[in-house]
Amino acid sequence: MLAWTIYLSFAGALLLALLPKGNNALARWLALAIALGGLALGVLGFVDGMGQGRTIIADVAWVPSMGIHYLLAADGISRVLVLLTGLAAVAGVLFSWNIELRTNEFFAFFLALIGGVYGVFLSFDLFLLFVFYEIAIVPKYFLIAIWGSTRREYAAMKLALYSFVGSAMVLIGLLAAYATAGSHSTGLIALAAAGRSGALPVSFQMWCFPLVFTGFAILAGMWPFHTWAPTGHVAAPTAASMLLAGVVMKLGAYGCLRVGISLFPHGLDPWGFSFIGIGSWRDVFALLAVIGIVYGALVALVQTDFKFVIGYSSVSHMGFVLLGLVTLNQIGMTGAVLQMFSHGIIAGLLFAIVGRIVYERTHTRQLAELETMHLSRRMPFAAWAFVVAGMASMGLPGFSGFVAELQVLIGAWSVKPWWVAAAGVGIVVGVAYTWRVLQKAFFNDARPSAHELEQEHKHPFAAITWPEVTGVVLLASVSLVVGLYPKILLDAIEPAVQALLAGVGR
Amino acid sequence: MNYADLFRVTLPETALEVAALLVLLVDLGLLRTAALKTRVAVAALLGVVGCGAALFFVLQQGPGGLSFESTHELLLATGGFTAVAQAGILVLTALTLLLLIDADFTRHVGEFVAVILMAAAGGLLISGAQDLLVIFVGLELLSLGLYILTAFAKRSGKSAEAAMKYYLFGGMSAAFLLFGFSYLYGLTGSTNLHQILLAVYGPNVFQAAPLFYVAIVMIAAGLGFKVAAVPFHLWAPDTYEGAPAPAAAFIASVSKVASFALLISIGTAGLHVLDGTHVVARFVAIHSGPATRAPFLGFQVSWSLVLIVMSAASMVLGNLAALAQTSVRRLLAYSAIAHAGYVLLGLAFFSYSPRSAAAVLYYVLTYGLTTVGAFGVVGVVERATGSDRMGAFLGLHKRNPMLAAVLLVLFLSLAGIPPLVGFWAKFNLFAAVLGVSAGPVPFALVALAVGMSAVSLYYYLQVLKRAYVLPATDETVIKVHPATLILLVGIAAAVVLLGVFPAVLLGWIAGFYPAM
Repeated sequence: MLAWTIYLSFAGALLLALLPKGNNALARWLALAIALGGLALGVLGFVDGMGQGRTIIADVAWVPSMGIHYLLAADGISRVLVLLTGLAAVAGVLFSWNIELRTNEFFAFFLALIGGVYGVFLSFDLFLLFVFYEIAIVPKYFLIAIWGSTRREYAAMKLALYSFVGSAMVLIGLLAAYATAGSHSTGLIALAAAGRSGALPVSFQMWCFPLVFTGFAILAGMWPFHTWAPTGHVAAPTAASMLLAGVVMKLGAYGCLRVGISLFPHGLDPWGFSFIGIGSWRDVFALLAVIGIVYGALVALVQTDFKFVIGYSSVSHMGFVLLGLVTLNQIGMTGAVLQMFSHGIIAGLLFAIVGRIVYERTHTRQLAELETMHLSRRMPFAAWAFVVAGMASMGLPGFSGFVAELQVLIGAWSVKPWWVAAAGVGIVVGVAYTWRVLQKAFFNDARPSAHELEQEHKHPFAAITWPEVTGVVLLASVSLVVGLYPKILLDAIEPAVQALLAGVGR
Repeated sequence: MNYADLFRVTLPETALEVAALLVLLVDLGLLRTAALKTRVAVAALLGVVGCGAALFFVLQQGPGGLSFESTHELLLATGGFTAVAQAGILVLTALTLLLLIDADFTRHVGEFVAVILMAAAGGLLISGAQDLLVIFVGLELLSLGLYILTAFAKRSGKSAEAAMKYYLFGGMSAAFLLFGFSYLYGLTGSTNLHQILLAVYGPNVFQAAPLFYVAIVMIAAGLGFKVAAVPFHLWAPDTYEGAPAPAAAFIASVSKVASFALLISIGTAGLHVLDGTHVVARFVAIHSGPATRAPFLGFQVSWSLVLIVMSAASMVLGNLAALAQTSVRRLLAYSAIAHAGYVLLGLAFFSYSPRSAAAVLYYVLTYGLTTVGAFGVVGVVERATGSDRMGAFLGLHKRNPMLAAVLLVLFLSLAGIPPLVGFWAKFNLFAAVLGVSAGPVPFALVALAVGMSAVSLYYYLQVLKRAYVLPATDETVIKVHPATLILLVGIAAAVVLLGVFPAVLLGWIAGFYPAM
């Protein structure tokens, strides 16, 4: 059933691409219907899979001469991320309701991207996963380059090249692993088993792991390869930034987990010597993750462009995911997966408010200009939505981010407490930058002059539309529900992480 | 010496030659006064029928193939991977002819089609040749045809210039090749690839004879020119730019397939068409062990080394130079150089297992298909706008959405984006290289190749950006002849479908592999 999320999205993309131009309303509703269909399938698959481990969805020989199978399967992690993709897709369509330029093409690229993302989360064959992973690159480029804003061509090209270089590194590593293992299967499970039985020597894993992990982590926004992320997020149209931050960065993190760690577990072993306290690739990546957390937060603190604040906050939050992954313990990795979900929802919400609700009415994202507009009074819905989203983003208890980051930190503490100390700085700064933009953009307490009041009265902002309200409510309530009752997702994630850890012998 | 045998082996070539003569007869005889459109259509369709007939004969010869010996020396052999290359040449020739349908760059249609068919016959000949003389004759038949095709747009100065450059470089490289061949003959006393191989392993030739290295380098230079490998690539950008679009498509596809088939032949001493029971195959199996790397007539390391140098240089220079191009044809030329680099990598690490040959042929066949389509699109845009500059592609998605979509698919396939066929071609090739030898050198080269294909995405996107992203300066609709449009959409669909179902073509190629 879950496989149909992929087919439905691609079929929808094709349909929209072939749709005669000019009928924008039809294109929108069609896209919404398809995204909703995907979400419904995702929810059904999630409910269906409760209490089950890994289930095979489809297994067909695809390239028999190389042992490549069209192997789709789902475990708890996949199901949670498919659910996230469905939510991001629906919200993305809702927040693109006002796209009038080449509408059907926009949604065609959008759905093609979504289809690729579903595919990655459901692939259990190394090269199938890679194929879906690369399918997602091209639509991103066009979404940003055609419908984007600030320096869109530059940002789109940068994003496409970063992604492609990352996937080139991955491809090199995968080809090497394939050649070294000499196995006749490229299934992740079979290859991981071959790796355990010694077909992938430790020395090989030692150099192949960082290559593959870094390749994937580029897309997860790992410092110092994160620079595509803020420019890309800012330039992208709202729906595309929501998808970029919401699910595309998760593709990278998912690849790190599903391919990097589970295929080359010995790559994380100690080198046998240590240099300034760093004695393994695990330490290296943890350090980069922690730097990402702190650096992203600090840079977000001094941005003048509203959207850049959110862009850098994504880098910071993705640092938690990477940190959680390299803890290699149950609680830390569970936290990482939950953080993927949580950040996907919250970042989507933040980008929607900044890029769609505010920017489409004020036509500026400069905090200095927004400061003079008294948005809390003139756009109360946006202000309060941002308060909710900001609280979720800060990691306040009651929202999904809290549970996720807490778990990551607990997991990290049991490995190396200083990681937690450093990441804690990031959280504090996170509170600071969120308050800063909240105050600057919405709650500037300077009283408006009579003249300003008159002007504002003459030119009121357009009313908030129903797709905006629906989208905000959808995302905010998901974050709240998961925050209040995280068990709903944890029940799916925990056994899957356990199985994965058992698979890599930890 | 039995001429009936020779006739049976060369039936495909004969079919092409007959078709060529028929085209001339019909065009110059019956249709003298007919309209240009009719003449083009009739000539192209006759040519396609000829290709179809030749294809029929190739497939009828089957995987086992036929061979022709004169005085106990094999001259020609078909079947095996030769059959794959020949089938590819015929299909690509037919596609090129179909591209011609609405061409108007020349009034001498019959001659153009006839020359294409004869050149294709040369291509068939060199894919199956087992003797240096036959190789050289086939190669000249192909090359002379290409020079003429390049010069065919008589009203265009560029066309004449391109042909002159191509001809001068080509003549020189043919001289190099012949020089290398003469050394081989002098050292071994035979022009037959198998006899040369036996002699090299025999006691009479001192294996490290310096003259042998000279021969290897000369031959590599001659063949490197044919596939446009650095440093013998200088003709390619000018020729691709100046030649009429169908001629450029022919040079970029058919000539490449034939030349790579020849490189396989020479590199493996023609062993790829023999089954394991053949005396030469058994001899080599005893001397070099089964399933080891293929020697170049016994000189494995040095031949590999020459190919590696050409391959790495082509990948780097082709991709980097393409970044700076403003003409799409020149861009395609540099991208062709880069692609030749990837394929040479596959040839440098070549094994007797079916994998290497299948990977190389899969690559060149699918590359040929894609590039014919790409030149088709460029040709259409060029006719409408009068230029092949990047700017001519501005707003293509508005001016003709189908054409833009075809361009999108083909260029992304050239960049190696899955699930298009170009990805599988690269993937297959690199996997084959690492399958032959997983040492640090092949690994580093594969890493270079993959990294360079990441670079290539940039310049392909530059064209696509103009087609899809940047605002159009001129929004008039670009009209395409329906037959051309159907052909181009068909090619794009094939690129997608072969990519989604990669096993189809791979399985078909594997079916031609003779047991070694």
